[in-house]
Amino acid sequence: MPTVKLVNQTAAIVEIRNLNYAIGGRPVFAGLDMSIPRGRITAIMGPSGTGKTTLLRLITGQLIADSGSIEVAGVDLRTVRRTDLYLLRRRMGMLFQNGALLTDLSVFENVAFPLREHTDLPESLIRLLVLMKLQAVGLRGAAELMPSELSGGMSRRVALARAIVMDPEILVYDEPFVGLDPISLGVILRLIRHLNDALGFTSIVVSHDVQEISTVADQIFLLSGGKVVARGTPGELKANPSDVVRQFIGGLADGPVPFHYPAPDYFGELLAAGEDH
Amino acid sequence: MKAFEELRSSLIESLTGLGSVVRFLLRLIVNSPGALRRYDLILQQIYNSGALSLVIIMLSGLFVGMVLGLQGFQLLQRFGSEEALGTAAAIGLVKELGPVVTALLFAGRAGSALASELGLMRATDQISAMEMMAVDPIGRVCVPRFLGGVITMPLLSAIFCVIGIYGAQLVGVQMMGVDSGSFWSQMRASVGMSDINEGIVKSCIFGVACSLIAVYEGYYATPTAEGVGQATTRTVVTSAVVILFLDYLLTAAFL
Repeated sequence: MPTVKLVNQTAAIVEIRNLNYAIGGRPVFAGLDMSIPRGRITAIMGPSGTGKTTLLRLITGQLIADSGSIEVAGVDLRTVRRTDLYLLRRRMGMLFQNGALLTDLSVFENVAFPLREHTDLPESLIRLLVLMKLQAVGLRGAAELMPSELSGGMSRRVALARAIVMDPEILVYDEPFVGLDPISLGVILRLIRHLNDALGFTSIVVSHDVQEISTVADQIFLLSGGKVVARGTPGELKANPSDVVRQFIGGLADGPVPFHYPAPDYFGELLAAGEDH
Repeated sequence: MKAFEELRSSLIESLTGLGSVVRFLLRLIVNSPGALRRYDLILQQIYNSGALSLVIIMLSGLFVGMVLGLQGFQLLQRFGSEEALGTAAAIGLVKELGPVVTALLFAGRAGSALASELGLMRATDQISAMEMMAVDPIGRVCVPRFLGGVITMPLLSAIFCVIGIYGAQLVGVQMMGVDSGSFWSQMRASVGMSDINEGIVKSCIFGVACSLIAVYEGYYATPTAEGVGQATTRTVVTSAVVILFLDYLLTAAFL
């Protein structure tokens, strides 16, 4: 397989410097700096609307930053050509929030999809690889099912098998725990840890499930207001005295992140409505 | 002044949209040679767009032909030339009704299905997932659907015409008593290759237009339930208007 030209090989596999990104004039990130180490499980957390998924899309090259730099495995995503971006993506796997399985293909064909598209392997070898990956996520027996026949948790496990079938260096998870029952959640957590330890991936997990992610993450970045407000191990974050961190970790309704969306004065608006009547 | 500004901005918006469609068409064409090598994907789309549309095309063709038979007979009887019914029905179907009605039905049946399928693929992140797997969705998803539609349209149009002529014969000959020999011999004598070519060219161009609109609208649909619904509606409405506009241009060009 052709390789991507490496610009700068460092211990960090993702290096973000002074990242600025706005959606419709509203700044999502303003001067974001982040360094994600190779071979570890890094969690990116933060309240809803802080741009966690947007950050994932920037790291995977689905979005282009307005300014600043993002280097992934030494490749600068702001200047990369489309063909080189696709070569880089062969070294990445992504687990989407809803699994994003191709609905017209069976479970087996979904997992085989990247192999069929990017390799000329014989059918017997493709079958072997797919069954191994399905076995790793515990769904070898579901190989012939269609995506419509799977539960939410099973869909995500199949998507995980598909994401690792090319043995990527980086595995990106977008909200992997949303909507899962406790058993499926436990299975996904165990798989994240197991795959990272056994296969040496770098895992980047976007989530706002504090308790769950704390059990597997080696390092957590807490985002708020377009910047990293805290970083460290799960233990360090729990001990962090900052108001934002305490509100998020403690699940407090009000604090630096306000409960109310910005609005005019409540009583003034009620009185005005009463006068109209 | 405000009206002028609005006109200007809507003109710019329309031209930008047109440019975007043309650019998309060029991407489809550039990716077509690669997709042609994977003919199984195109065959699947020919089945989806063509074989699954056969019933509606055949039924519509039959009824349109029967109406032509009735109307044509009534009109030609006034001049005592009912034998020309075969010619009138065949020319009307091959040059005009066949390509146009097939294209309108294609837009309603296959075009809307294509747009909603692609829109849902976008809404459920399947398109993004392909991009993340380093697979270009234009080549893997859009081109086979586009080529499938382009190949299917002339075939459906031909089937529509054949069934339509049969419908006209059913009414004219079997029910109204037009002489069977005159019906067929006059048709064979009067309908030439130029008429058939006109129908083929029209249906090919309508095939490109309908497939392009459906694939474009679906691929760029807003990834919400409402967005997919709007893309499907736009596909049918835009296709209908474009087909009728192109039909006028092509008819004028063939005169």
